[in-house]
Amino acid sequence: MTHAPGQTVGPFFHLGLPYEGDNELVPPGRPDAIRLHGRVLDGNGDGVPDAVIEVWQADPAGAVPQVGGSIRRDGWTFTGWGRAQTDPDGHYWFTTLEPPVFFAITVFARGLTDRLFTRAYVPSGHLDTLLERLPPERRATLITTREQRGLRFDIRLQGEGETVFLTFPGQAA
Amino acid sequence: METQADISREIAELRGSGGPQPRLDYPPYRSSVLRHPTKDLTLVDPEGVELWAPCFSSRDVAADEADLTIQRAGEPLGERMVVTGRVVDGQGRPVRRQLVEIWQANASGRYWHQRDQHPAPLDPNFVGAGRCLTDDNGVYRFQTIKPGPYPWRNHLNAWRPAHIHFSLFGTDFTQRLVTQMYFPGDPLFDLDPIYQSITDQKARDLLLATYDHELTTPEYSLGYRWDIVLGGTHRTPTEEEGQP
Repeated sequence: MTHAPGQTVGPFFHLGLPYEGDNELVPPGRPDAIRLHGRVLDGNGDGVPDAVIEVWQADPAGAVPQVGGSIRRDGWTFTGWGRAQTDPDGHYWFTTLEPPVFFAITVFARGLTDRLFTRAYVPSGHLDTLLERLPPERRATLITTREQRGLRFDIRLQGEGETVFLTFPGQAA
Repeated sequence: METQADISREIAELRGSGGPQPRLDYPPYRSSVLRHPTKDLTLVDPEGVELWAPCFSSRDVAADEADLTIQRAGEPLGERMVVTGRVVDGQGRPVRRQLVEIWQANASGRYWHQRDQHPAPLDPNFVGAGRCLTDDNGVYRFQTIKPGPYPWRNHLNAWRPAHIHFSLFGTDFTQRLVTQMYFPGDPLFDLDPIYQSITDQKARDLLLATYDHELTTPEYSLGYRWDIVLGGTHRTPTEEEGQP
């Protein structure tokens, strides 16, 4: 095995990762903009104030963007990628567009030795191969809740309602 | 507060117990106790957007962002160094034109960060964050200064070995990696529960840069090489050729 192992982002990632507009995949005023947001919670149910969430998604038509511009956004190009840090309550938010099926999510935090992958599904009632395999209570952790202006997705790192985290073929756990 | 001896005992007990990736459940790193999943990760085939990685372009990253020594008015203190290497996927193919981000402490072991209260001096000429895009051969290169080791509060007299944080993207979403690069021969390795959360020695060694005199510039800067292998790609050649 030669794949480089991961390490925690630690407490000082604010120095290197956040940038202006990182969590605004589209400008907040845009009529079709939604908010994808939620809290990152630890095993005590407390908010994790030093986590980073990344989102990677298709556009509303299902096309996967393959254009630059996520760091210096021009307000017009939808790049499909964004990054958000949690606030002191463990809350994160993105301004984005709604994809047809799911948002691919990556979670980093101080105290988390490696990144975690998960999916935030748009609520639809349809069960794909992953959702179908999961027992209902585990499945529910991957499905966002629809709100008036967007979707809510809480991420529980541990304990009751622990989010389903994913691994992909070829990734040794 | 627990001592280094307590932590070192726990580290010794867990040595070799995990695979090539860090153990998510690694109690010697105290902050991990309430922050690691307790259920097994669910194995799934990547689908749709997961088969692709975000793109970054020259619009996103200015060339001078790869030089951490020119961001302020004066020269930073410390040992000037270059770190460079290739980013490749599990099949050895270069990861081209992709984003690499780094952040690090200054030469005294202090971060430019409000939360770092280590009473070592901040350097007004060193912030400690940089970005670049890999070139067509997958090569990244940063000019910086060598970071110092620093204390933290995991246990009494806890010190982190000198390191540079690296954030990397591959050609697939599933290759996303944030890790830390270390320097060869650091006496703090055996004592550090973050480095030791990777319990396999061979895997830990993959995070070590090597000193490379060929990269050293006369009368200017020392050179370190660190090559990075990400996971394999799940895409077939056909998918790689066309847009989704």
